[in-house]
Amino acid sequence: MYSRAYKAIVALPPLLWVGIFLMLPYALMFVHSFWLVRDGFIVHQWNLGNYAALFTRPVYLQVLMRTMRIAGSVTLFSLLLGYPLAYYLSFHSGVRKEFLYQLVIVPLWVSYLVRGYAWKTVLGSDGVLNGFLQYAHITHAPVGFLLYSPFAVVLMLTHIYTPFVFLPIYAALETIPRPLIEASQDLGATPAKTFFRVILPLSMPGLLAGATFAFVLSLGDFLAPLLVGGASGTMIANVVQSLFGAAYDWPLGAAVSVCILLLTLTSLFATETLEKRWSFKQMS
Amino acid sequence: MSAVTTTRRAPFLTAYAVAVFAFIYLPIVVLIAYSFNRDGVGGFPPRHFTLHWYERLFADGAIWNAVLNSLLVAAASVALALTLGLLAALALDRASFPGKALFRRLVLLPLILPGIITGLSLLMFVVFVGAPLSLLTVFFGHGTALISVATTELFAGLQKLDRKQEEASLDLGATPWQTFWRITLPNLKLSLIAAGLLIFTLSMDEIAVTFFLIGRDNTLPMEIWGRLRQGITPEINAISTLIFMVSVALISIWYRLRARTLRDAS
Amino acid sequence: MERGQGRAVNASAPNSPGTLDAPASAGSTLLEVRSVGKQFGAATVLKNISLNIAAGEFLTLLGESGSGKTTLLRLIAGFEAPTSGEIWMSGQRLDTLPPFRRPVNTVFQHYALFPHLNVRENVAYGLRAKATPAGEISSRVDEALDMVKMRNFADARPAKLSGGQQQRIALARALVNRPQLLLLDEPLSALDANLRKQMQSELKSLQREIGTTFLFVTHDQEEAMALSDRIALLRGGALEQIASPREIYARPATAYAAQFIGQTNLLRAEVRGGFAVCGALRWPTSRRDGLAVFSLRPEDIALAHANNPPAAGAATFRGTIRQQLYGGASETLEVTCVENQALRVRIRAAQSAAQPLQGEYDFYFDPANAIRVAD
Repeated sequence: MYSRAYKAIVALPPLLWVGIFLMLPYALMFVHSFWLVRDGFIVHQWNLGNYAALFTRPVYLQVLMRTMRIAGSVTLFSLLLGYPLAYYLSFHSGVRKEFLYQLVIVPLWVSYLVRGYAWKTVLGSDGVLNGFLQYAHITHAPVGFLLYSPFAVVLMLTHIYTPFVFLPIYAALETIPRPLIEASQDLGATPAKTFFRVILPLSMPGLLAGATFAFVLSLGDFLAPLLVGGASGTMIANVVQSLFGAAYDWPLGAAVSVCILLLTLTSLFATETLEKRWSFKQMS
Repeated sequence: MSAVTTTRRAPFLTAYAVAVFAFIYLPIVVLIAYSFNRDGVGGFPPRHFTLHWYERLFADGAIWNAVLNSLLVAAASVALALTLGLLAALALDRASFPGKALFRRLVLLPLILPGIITGLSLLMFVVFVGAPLSLLTVFFGHGTALISVATTELFAGLQKLDRKQEEASLDLGATPWQTFWRITLPNLKLSLIAAGLLIFTLSMDEIAVTFFLIGRDNTLPMEIWGRLRQGITPEINAISTLIFMVSVALISIWYRLRARTLRDAS
Repeated sequence: MERGQGRAVNASAPNSPGTLDAPASAGSTLLEVRSVGKQFGAATVLKNISLNIAAGEFLTLLGESGSGKTTLLRLIAGFEAPTSGEIWMSGQRLDTLPPFRRPVNTVFQHYALFPHLNVRENVAYGLRAKATPAGEISSRVDEALDMVKMRNFADARPAKLSGGQQQRIALARALVNRPQLLLLDEPLSALDANLRKQMQSELKSLQREIGTTFLFVTHDQEEAMALSDRIALLRGGALEQIASPREIYARPATAYAAQFIGQTNLLRAEVRGGFAVCGALRWPTSRRDGLAVFSLRPEDIALAHANNPPAAGAATFRGTIRQQLYGGASETLEVTCVENQALRVRIRAAQSAAQPLQGEYDFYFDPANAIRVAD
């Protein structure tokens, strides 16, 4: 039905654009990771020194480990908050379902910066939370660790990504045919058994998608640490940011970026393999 | 007819759900409340109501310049992303060519890669080409990165299209070009608007890529970011509240459009 | 004769040593529905239904959509609770129990097989839920699969099976638990016509063989008549009539029952002095004077001709044949009498390619076949 000319017109422009303005930049990044900086200039001398530095200088590994820990925590907490919320909306919300759904996705559209800033004002030593705690006489002095710590970063990112995690889980739960749940109970399984044997397995693809999203995006986040992380809460992306900024070592920065890229792709690949195992052709 | 599982009460789960909702909304509520607080952003409880910060906001020229810049970049990004995204979606939906699977992956990359990587890669490209950093480079970054979003949304919209309509058009003698303008595009209208809204919002809020491509003229997020470095004032609360209001309005429109596309398709 | 009283038909086969347990003493009452009503908001879906199901019988709930038959089934399964009334089984209160504690299993309309489990795991699901030992699970699952002739598919995924095959697995999954009562919610409606007939036959012999009580829901009256020991006809949430298929066909209690099951001519007659008159038809009746509705089945009217004179005592009338609808074994004649009274008559199809019947003819019927029905 579609002529060759049609297909060419349709496929070429985006291919070309994406090729030149996306692939080429990514390739440049990749290539830079093998070069050097000498006397403030980038020298095109091919070597693996940057990658070696990553493994030998302890500070980089430290930050990387901290980043993975933070990303892992964010993923875990987002799931702990997002899954029950999705479950509640899908099975227990009755007529208010549509409204509640909109309520959940509204924050997704509110600026990342705005939400990060909100946490900044809440968590600071002069912030709202501390003010409230002292007002209610729960504490007598400002609690310090709330802001400018890994705790604050995890809190902020969990706040950002819980709605993201909610979405695919909710979508998956909605596709589970209700007769399956009735059948499970009819056959003698209690509601708890029904959840673990039927609902959870069938919602796995959504769960994995949400978790991957939260993990991968937290891994590469550099804004949350700048807003609320302080010195103890820097993540690997901040290292890259400074290498491209004040520390001026683009090749090393590129190498770290490539590592982040590899970590991201590995996570995605792992999820895809798991998802294949867990996705079942639904019968109409 | 609802099954036992939906009509049964579940008090713990309901309480938990309420708590999660509270967690999601509390910071925003605090933000809005304190934009009216005379005594600044900290402390508890907020005492004196004032519109002073909003007055300062409306007199603040730099902010409104930044808003204008953001609008320009967003509008241009929507145009670029929708055009190329539509073509890419058409290609993925209808054409088969060598490397199609790879193409699909590549187009979606900016969606899943952390923004800093895309931003830095584009910075390297700009430097490589020797161009100065400006709003143009920002537009470049947004438009290119957001093609992924456009492609995903429009692809979904194309899938829901009734192919028979196009076949009928061709059968009646219209050329593929005419069919595209008279049948395909009008049917995609709702999808296009919804995708456009989404891209617009994402561009207005974009920081990660913008961070590295910005020149002298600030976009709104970058302007706010700069202020944050200097210190917190409730003026930022005020602009944030306004951003929140606009976002809520936009999402209501987007949601109704989405609901209509789903309804029309069934 | 007043509204037909349903009497429990003696279970046809005594407790035959089938491979699965049969409930004790076939013929005793297993399930009692006592004045059950169900409301959804302002809508009353079931109105004060009372019926008993005998152990070992095949009872069908028959009705149009909206008649409440599926709702009644779901109340017995436990997915809804009655607004009023009670349900008892074997002397124990049933409706207060959640579905997973009732000795009742359901075969769902679209089978509801678990897509993430294979056939064996699907069938074993109920046994696993009750912590049955693994060895016993294995043997009982094999037994159940053999019963539905699906043993070879034990390791397949449900998505790979055809509709008919999925239906058998759904059946095995329910029966493996040896329920006291098996509920079937229009299980054959998704199958095509030929497969459906075949499954009807298999279902009936299966029920005979294992002796489990079946409660079957359908809107297809032919299906109900072919399969059931008794039929409970539901209309608008109320029980219209409950009787064996033969009885409901020969002696429908109401005009609705007469028309829903099989075809009939409804005659609104005036009775005077021992005779009922309806248009061109006049026949003797023992009913009191007044208005009454009678049901006269098309096959109970005969065409009078030289080789087939009216029988003694038959009521006769004259009518014009308007249409002849050939149906293979029989023909349906659309007959118009005086004053545009329209009737349907079914006769055996003529053996030879006779000329089409035209014009006026005499018809006759046995007055005893004009059954009085409630309006």
